[in-house]
Amino acid sequence: MNKPIRRVAFVAMIMFALLLANGTYMIIFRQSTLDSQPQKRRVRDAEFAQNRGAILAGGRTEIAKTVSAKDRFKYQRVYPDDELYAAITGFYSYDRGSSALESTYNAQLSGTDDALFVRRLIDLATNKTPKGASVQTTIVPEIQEAAATALGDQKGAVVALDPKTGAVLAMVTSPSFDPNDIASHDIEAAGKAYDRLASNPQHPMSNRAAREIYPPGSTFKLVTAAAALADGKTPDSLVESPDRLKLPGTRVSLPNSSDCGGTEITMTQALKVSCNTAFANLGLEVGEDKLREQAQLFGFDRRHLADLKGVASQFPDKLDEAQLALSAIGQYDVAASPLQMAMVSAAIANDGVLMDPYIVSTVRAQDLQPIQTHKPDALSTAMTPENAKELQQMMSVVVSEGTGRNAQIPGVEVGGKTGTAQSDPKRKPFAWFTSFAPLDDPKIAVAVIVEDADIPRNDIGGGRLAAPIAKATMEAAL
Amino acid sequence: MRDMAPVAVVPRKRRGVELALIIFALGLALGAYALVDLNVTGELSTAFPYVAGICSLVAALAHIAVRWRLPYADPVILPCVILLNGLGLVMIHRIDLINEPPLNGARQQLIWTALGVLMFILVVTWLNDHRPLQGFTYTIGLAGIVLLLLPLVPGLGTEKFGAQIWIQVGPYSFQPAEAAKVLLAIAFASYLVEKRDVLALAGYRVLGIDLPRARDLGPILVMWLISLAILVWQRDLGTSLLFFGLFVMMLYVSTERAGWAVLGTLLFAAGAYFGYLNFSHVRRRVGAWLDPFSDFDAYYQVIAAQFGMAWGGLLGTGLGLGRPGLTPLARSDFIAAAIGEELGMTGLMAVIMIYGLIVARGLRIALQCREPFGKLLATGLSFALALQVFTIIGGVTRLLPLTGLTTPFMSQGGSSLICNWIVAGLLLVISHQVRKPAATVTPINPDLEQTQLVKAGV
Repeated sequence: MNKPIRRVAFVAMIMFALLLANGTYMIIFRQSTLDSQPQKRRVRDAEFAQNRGAILAGGRTEIAKTVSAKDRFKYQRVYPDDELYAAITGFYSYDRGSSALESTYNAQLSGTDDALFVRRLIDLATNKTPKGASVQTTIVPEIQEAAATALGDQKGAVVALDPKTGAVLAMVTSPSFDPNDIASHDIEAAGKAYDRLASNPQHPMSNRAAREIYPPGSTFKLVTAAAALADGKTPDSLVESPDRLKLPGTRVSLPNSSDCGGTEITMTQALKVSCNTAFANLGLEVGEDKLREQAQLFGFDRRHLADLKGVASQFPDKLDEAQLALSAIGQYDVAASPLQMAMVSAAIANDGVLMDPYIVSTVRAQDLQPIQTHKPDALSTAMTPENAKELQQMMSVVVSEGTGRNAQIPGVEVGGKTGTAQSDPKRKPFAWFTSFAPLDDPKIAVAVIVEDADIPRNDIGGGRLAAPIAKATMEAAL
Repeated sequence: MRDMAPVAVVPRKRRGVELALIIFALGLALGAYALVDLNVTGELSTAFPYVAGICSLVAALAHIAVRWRLPYADPVILPCVILLNGLGLVMIHRIDLINEPPLNGARQQLIWTALGVLMFILVVTWLNDHRPLQGFTYTIGLAGIVLLLLPLVPGLGTEKFGAQIWIQVGPYSFQPAEAAKVLLAIAFASYLVEKRDVLALAGYRVLGIDLPRARDLGPILVMWLISLAILVWQRDLGTSLLFFGLFVMMLYVSTERAGWAVLGTLLFAAGAYFGYLNFSHVRRRVGAWLDPFSDFDAYYQVIAAQFGMAWGGLLGTGLGLGRPGLTPLARSDFIAAAIGEELGMTGLMAVIMIYGLIVARGLRIALQCREPFGKLLATGLSFALALQVFTIIGGVTRLLPLTGLTTPFMSQGGSSLICNWIVAGLLLVISHQVRKPAATVTPINPDLEQTQLVKAGV
């Protein structure tokens, strides 16, 4: 019987060899795909239990940090300022994902980024607990706080940029949420908090500053003015400003919401009083293509601030004359984010050069060595320096004598533009204000939107509500 | 000429080697147990001295029994079994600690281990020779088949985890298939030794393969039907495969005719295909094997085991530092996945190699054995162990569709542990009978006689 027993032994050997080969195959080929499965609790738990790097504002202020916890996860994510920086940090949850910088910089914060590979090895060898890299934002806490205080409980957003670099100095959106609720280690409570926020009709988790677009209203007249200047107009060029402008090809006529000061006024005057008919005429004169080109030079139709998944502002296509006239004053289908309108002011303030907005300046490893640094980068030359300076002067008149007087700061020359917009006659209008200061050496450009503002539908109303918020924000930077 | 005097080759007993290996195995297992405590709670549990004491005592008793009654037995099998049993105990203890407060599965398993070793000692000391078993072919065979089909008796069998392979008497549940495995291996061996000539010689030759006569097909068809019955009514693919595979292999070994193996394989393939077509539980197992991620919830168990082993990677998370509790049934069917997670693929492969060692030693005993019953029995027991390990670990690592077999010596559960200790005892008994020096009468050498006479005559 020895021959068949040898054969059986051979079969048994094959079976064991198959088990061993399969184990090898599993480690080599299946392990990485298995580990990257989102349902895998071990990976998720391990990531959640990491000593995640901090998110910093203004160099020292930790707007998101990790502290030791005495439960099974060892570390707890904490947002010391509750709601204040929620739109920037986002949240970091166990089973509801993460958002904003917590999401875009997850690899760096958790220390799994390839740039940290060598440091991970050193940590492993020296038996140190690995710690994620810290993310340094461009946010200035004083400006952020001033903007948030000024906006208060009103629904809206504030964005402040450094015109010379494109750095985001403040980004406030309201209503906001407390990311601590979603980061709680009481998984069930955290899930409930998330669901409550997600189903809240006020959308507290949406970033109104960079991820929502609104009709920009009269603030868009800055774009039209820039296009007209590029087209050969000067601030003193006269524009027809009838009380009512019959829209070409329709029976509708566009009224002015305020007295423009004559039926033929200078561009400076038109901007100062935010004259609808004058800018509608300018738009018709410049034409659709040049107006769109100017809007795109200011950053329309492109996504900005990828770190926060910013959305693109829109300038509509295939306009007829009436739609062009309405678009020129920021109505019809023109839609812009507050970030976009801050970029318009920033480009004008920076003598026509539009800087690429950014919010993360440096990512530093645990040993404080920078592993990633952002260098300011010009996005486009939106205007010639001469035209930009002329438009700066026109905007300064708006604040010193026109609709934007509420933004005046003693001793500082401020340039600004008000706006009131509505998407729907039944809805309350949006109050807008975009500005920069100081005129000669701009330090900050701001855009403010207040949604559902309980104001008259004219620009004085918009200026009254939004301009003080912009003023408070700018003051914090000067 | 004088140098040519007949020398009886007396095999070395090697009991010292066995003792050294047992001490090594005990050290590994108890060290692992302490490591679990240290890694999970930071301190040794108060029960550790008792666990260490009981384990050492039990191992010592087993060794003494072997030293006393089976001095020529194989020295490797017992240490291997002790190591596997110990590692199983460690993993069960580790999974106990996941719960708050800790469960006492390990204590239960320790009691089963003690009972298993008791049965081992009984086999070693009281049975001592396997050959008398040959006299009870039909009694043992019938008992085995009855045990196998017992879970189908209404009111007695209970369904657990989708398979009706348990019987419940009062608070005690018992998995009779494990006992049936031992009984049927004995019964098959003695039956086939009796009948092998007729099964081997009569038949036709078709296409180079010797086919048996139709009337000799009876036994294999009966086993096939029993296996199908297990598959259909007990819903247990693993047990079905194990018994049919065991029978076909022993049929092949006893008759030395490949035709039986071919026929058996074809019958099994037909049965498996029939099961796949007709039973959702078989289809589900196959689905979980081919593409577990197609239905995360339904195949969660297999997926969780994969996740665990991937998390452990090559070297494992370390004992007590993984999360084997996320895999359902981690202490029984999926104990291999828990090993793979905490000791890594390296650890799991080491465990597979230990099983491989036992199987290799068992088959070696079969080859050395000089009488057909012992040969066949050793082959059957070893192959059944190999097949069981292959099926369950292959199932857990997704080499095969998952089947609900226990991992021998490791899974939590008394019936499996006790029966496998009996298997180990039987293998040692056979090996002792094989290797012990034959009590031969020294042939009288006339030359020597003469010389002695001369000396005596002085």
